[in-house]
Amino acid sequence: MSVLDLRSLSKSFGGVHAVNAVSFAIRRGEFLAMIGPNGAGKSTCFNMINGQLAPDSGTILLEGKNIAGLAPRDIWRLGVGRTFQVAATFGSMTVVENVQMALISHAGEIYRLWRPAASLYRARALDLLAQVGMREAADRPSRALAYGDVKRIELAIALANEPRLLLMDEPTAGMGARERHELIQLVKKLVVERGISVLFTEHSMDVVFAYADRIVVLARGRLIADGDAAAIRANAQVREVYFGTGKTFAGAVS
Amino acid sequence: MTLNAFLFQALNGLSSASGLFLIAAGLSLIFGVTRIVNIAHGSLYMLGTYIAYSFATKIGGGLGFWGGIIATAIVVGMLGALIEFLLLRRIYRAPELFQLLATFALVLIINDAALYIWGPEDLLGPRAPGLRGAVEIFGRRLPSYDLFLIFVGPAVLLALYFALARTRFGRLVRAATQDREMVGALGVNQAILFTSVFALGAALAGLGGALQVAREPANLATDLIAIGDAFVVVVVGGMGSIAGAYLAAVIIAEVKALCIGIGVVHFGMFSVNFSKFTLVAEFLVMAVVLIARPYGLLGRPQAAVRSVAEPEDPIRPATPLLKALAAVVLALLLCLPLLAQNSPYLLILGIDVLIAVLFATSLHFIMGPGGMHSFGHSAYFGLGAYGAALLVKWLAAPMGVALIAAPIVALGGALLFGWFAVRLSGVYLAMLTLAFAQIVWAAVFQWEELTGGSNGVIGVWPPPPFDKASVYFLLALVLTVIGVLLLRRFLFAPFGYAMRAGRDSALRAEAIGIDVKRVHWLAFAVAGCVCGVAGGLFAFAKGSISPETISVGRSIDGLVMVLLGGIQTITGPIVGASVFATLQDMVMRQTEYWRALLGAIILFLVLAFPQGIVGAVAQLFGKRRKGQTP
Amino acid sequence: MLSVESLSAWYGAARILFDLNLEVGRGEVVALMGRNGAGKSTTMKAIMGLVARRQGVLRFNGGDISRMKPYEIARRGVGFTPEDRRIFADLTVMENLDVGRQPPRRFADGAPAPAWTPGKLFALFPNLAEMPNRPGGRMSGGEQQMLTVARTLMGNPLLVLLDEPSEGVAPLIVEQMANTIVELKKEGLSVLLSEQNIHFARLVSDRVYVLEKGEIHWQGTMAALDANPDVQTTYLTV
Repeated sequence: MSVLDLRSLSKSFGGVHAVNAVSFAIRRGEFLAMIGPNGAGKSTCFNMINGQLAPDSGTILLEGKNIAGLAPRDIWRLGVGRTFQVAATFGSMTVVENVQMALISHAGEIYRLWRPAASLYRARALDLLAQVGMREAADRPSRALAYGDVKRIELAIALANEPRLLLMDEPTAGMGARERHELIQLVKKLVVERGISVLFTEHSMDVVFAYADRIVVLARGRLIADGDAAAIRANAQVREVYFGTGKTFAGAVS
Repeated sequence: MTLNAFLFQALNGLSSASGLFLIAAGLSLIFGVTRIVNIAHGSLYMLGTYIAYSFATKIGGGLGFWGGIIATAIVVGMLGALIEFLLLRRIYRAPELFQLLATFALVLIINDAALYIWGPEDLLGPRAPGLRGAVEIFGRRLPSYDLFLIFVGPAVLLALYFALARTRFGRLVRAATQDREMVGALGVNQAILFTSVFALGAALAGLGGALQVAREPANLATDLIAIGDAFVVVVVGGMGSIAGAYLAAVIIAEVKALCIGIGVVHFGMFSVNFSKFTLVAEFLVMAVVLIARPYGLLGRPQAAVRSVAEPEDPIRPATPLLKALAAVVLALLLCLPLLAQNSPYLLILGIDVLIAVLFATSLHFIMGPGGMHSFGHSAYFGLGAYGAALLVKWLAAPMGVALIAAPIVALGGALLFGWFAVRLSGVYLAMLTLAFAQIVWAAVFQWEELTGGSNGVIGVWPPPPFDKASVYFLLALVLTVIGVLLLRRFLFAPFGYAMRAGRDSALRAEAIGIDVKRVHWLAFAVAGCVCGVAGGLFAFAKGSISPETISVGRSIDGLVMVLLGGIQTITGPIVGASVFATLQDMVMRQTEYWRALLGAIILFLVLAFPQGIVGAVAQLFGKRRKGQTP
Repeated sequence: MLSVESLSAWYGAARILFDLNLEVGRGEVVALMGRNGAGKSTTMKAIMGLVARRQGVLRFNGGDISRMKPYEIARRGVGFTPEDRRIFADLTVMENLDVGRQPPRRFADGAPAPAWTPGKLFALFPNLAEMPNRPGGRMSGGEQQMLTVARTLMGNPLLVLLDEPSEGVAPLIVEQMANTIVELKKEGLSVLLSEQNIHFARLVSDRVYVLEKGEIHWQGTMAALDANPDVQTTYLTV
């Protein structure tokens, strides 16, 4: 069964079809990339899945349950983790406290008024940090971290609720090439271990072609291609609306 | 009410709407470009009425009146340019809160200046030459001047619309409203643009005030009433939308006019005087709009304003040193009644300081960790104080019951107002909370039968043994310490962390399952509740309570206390409140014009330490530390 | 055209740039390269006067711009296109262009600089010609990217600062941006661009400065960088 199944999803803004009858599914453990020109509807599609936007029509099935129109926090509770295009952490907290907050919320203990938060779930938070290679930075203020490290913290936060699906919006935006590959390799390792499915948007073709199991391409709000790297590379329509001649990135179009 | 009477009231509403629109449009324009909410806009409006009065009476005739109105708009516009040039230009990069404080300082200074120039009496201008008569409409007589006013609003609306849509100045204003830095990088001299926009906004307020000269007396309380109304109009219409401002002005003015028109209505044995409900009606309109359209009727969600405030450090449990220091201070305070046997004034001051500490700490709770800059914390203070005092007055409740009721009443108000407030953020939240506080103040002021109106409630004295200052001081000390420690405990608990999470990144907080609005709403309620205790303590400490003691000024005092101590530290508000309460006590003894003096002090603080006093100190120490370890 | 001597810049208390020296000649396309956070964008903003605190001597077109405000620098003929585009979302394409409008200007030697009109820009960016009355906020990222360049050109600049023109846009748009830069060079303009994508830089640049932690670590021609895999792997991690 698919972890996530989009059926004929649509959303308009002021009469413009941002997303127009888009359907695709993600299988368990699959690493699925969503690409397309700017304004193709990737962000809109993404924001409907994570609950920031309510679709005009269509369904979003998370393991068979329709989550279309639910609030982001409710979708998170159903087992969907996410990272942001511009990495977001709680700047006034330490690294480990950031992860602890996700664990506290996962346990439903947000409204507790007495026990100090810093004493709750610290061991598990440190364990998660160790898995993303950030154990040493646990007690530093999170706002003092380098950008690449913030992305790792986000990953630890996203894993705190043992998600079945991870949504990553341009996970490598604003990163150099080496950091970029290291981060995606880490993500791949962690999700394979846990059997988590990943849906990510990306503009770096090197990352997409190196790691995605499957690629869906959006253009002008419609799904124009769905297939593995070889099929997408060979697709004339994708080339026309998105890749161009391919001379501005390495090794994408043979 | 007959149909004719109804239509007549509707016309009345339209003529009031013009004045409201002029001030709100100016406020909105200025905010759009400079990102400063000019609280002194009501003061400019008030000055407009005073200056137009002077023109009309000193010069007289048609020239003095009509020429005076035009001249007033120009004079107030020039004053606006001067304010922008001398003051605001220096603080565009300062934190939002400081900008609000600076403009509030202007309110204080302008008010005292008006008191000095025109005196405390209301001044009613002459009737408009040429429009002295009245027109027979719907079977009643409508003053021709009011009829004229009806057309002023739409005329100004059209002129503004044309200027913004069709001229290069208008395009630059609209562009700067979205990204002023980018406009500068494209070769536009922002300084001139900002000054001219501020002058235009001020001139509109001045014109609005001047036009009232034949209708309403010039009055020193107009400034805060006008700004409160303007905030409501802007929130309802949508910040930055000129058409929205007109629409909202019309709706609000109409609702008020209809309330007055309905007057007393009998429901069986009950009778309700609707004309006393104008403020409640205004509140209801705002509530309905905010539920349906959080950014106002014609407004759009604003892009998050880039925060210029330094991010704060993670909170740590108190160090042994701090704990020891707190213990010493507490011990000293416990001994104060013994030390102060020969100077009872010290105990009175001590009680004032303790109440201020509780007030400021509860405000800091939502302002600092919650990131909600409330400009209306006096509302909960007032609800607590009046809740306690009215129980004593009407039900002869004992002090214990009244002191328990105080936080409950305040909690109710905070739950109600907070529900709306947490839907907004930044300056919108500041405006909305200020408007709520104005409503509480006005309700207390208008509902004379219950609250004693401007006379307030007297005879709220504590029973023995608390009638002795020393014992009452100890009571205040115990309640304050409990309140402060509780709030502190909450901050370290998951709830306090969730508050900060919502402030740091609402998006991220929602994405880990935190209901940010609910957390902030409950925080609002907690803060209001604790503030209510301060209000209750205040009522019994003074033996009386009056509308004046719960006015907007008290909210601003709270902000100054918090900023003085440093918004980023948990102990800050305690220090800030102590210093401020002591200072204020000294200033108020010195001069009749203490408001202006206070304003000047605030301006000095804002200009001298645009990053906050604690920020300045921290920076100083930070530099030294870096200097020592290169 | 532009010469920068020991430029330093700060954000708050943090120093971001350390004594940068760089030059851009007339009609030259120069790339600032380096990893994220290396200081490329800050360099652009510092040249434009958009940082709170900067130090150093900046000379442009024969005049000193070290102490000027952003609008004065723009009026001297420096055009700035920021990395996040910063289109005025409520203004139409035509209105956006109008905000950028400045009188024609000349190089220091008296030669007139290319003067741009909306018509000429629409020829350069045919997509924009199709939507003169569309609000900026209703355009796609690629279209916005073109509009931000067009808006800058309306100021008839002598030098264009292009901050990360290829970041976050589709490969097809990146290619169009490359063609545009080549066109600008043909018109005689100078371009200073910041870039992480070496494939893009290779298509357009004459010379390269490599930045790392706010300092210049390497400089030379594009061909020399291409021939130097050490620099590429150390600072650019291709």
